[in-house]
Amino acid sequence: MAAVSVDSPEESERLRKLAGYSFLILCDDQDELIRRWDLVHAHGGEGGKDIARPAEFILDSTGKVRWVKLTDDFLIRARPEEVLQVIDSLHLSSPPSD
Amino acid sequence: MKRSWNPALWVGFALVLIGTLSYPYFFIRFPVTRDFPWANLLLLAIALALIAAGLRRAFQRPEAYVGKISGSILAVLGVFVTGFFLFVVFYMARQLPASSGSPKVGAAAPEFTIPDSLGHPVALSALLDSSFRTNDWPSDAFGRDKTDGLVLIFYRGYW
Repeated sequence: MAAVSVDSPEESERLRKLAGYSFLILCDDQDELIRRWDLVHAHGGEGGKDIARPAEFILDSTGKVRWVKLTDDFLIRARPEEVLQVIDSLHLSSPPSD
Repeated sequence: MKRSWNPALWVGFALVLIGTLSYPYFFIRFPVTRDFPWANLLLLAIALALIAAGLRRAFQRPEAYVGKISGSILAVLGVFVTGFFLFVVFYMARQLPASSGSPKVGAAAPEFTIPDSLGHPVALSALLDSSFRTNDWPSDAFGRDKTDGLVLIFYRGYW
């Protein structure tokens, strides 16, 4: 898995070390990815900064989107158990041939 | 006659603060108390009831209890803090923009290349490639031979 936020690499690396996260953290500090994927929460951050709206995607190995969760309440996100269950049900190791 | 202290007011106000702060610092960690903050709403209801009881005592029996002025101030503050909590949880948290243009199920995820937390550029196609490795990550993170896919999670950040 990979996490994305608009924080700088320095801030994200500090968090990663502090929290001991082993997953990849991607740093969209130019807002490039969240703009292209239409995930900008304009002025949602401190000081009116644009940030990402929470969103979760599951892609298969061909890069096709297989599952999306776009919450409408930032306190309610996809839970780890939910994501694991979806991954199991998608049988990602054998993507459809269509 | 010496009037007695009116503890319900102060206990109630302390409980307003506990009922509010325990959400971001404690109850948010558990899905059952995060998705709907019933534990905090319960604490806040008890807190406001205590303040109301203290105020009533202060105004109905002013000869026996103190707290007309301090109680009024605490009541206003308590209601304000509770209102702020309700505003953040039930209004502000739900002000997320819709996302009509994000990649849909069945569509190909648009390629991107952005830096990881060490500043190395990472492309989506590289993440999906079975040979993808990051030297600086613990081996268990990307140590598998085969990539079945990717969970990509967008966060609000400020970490």
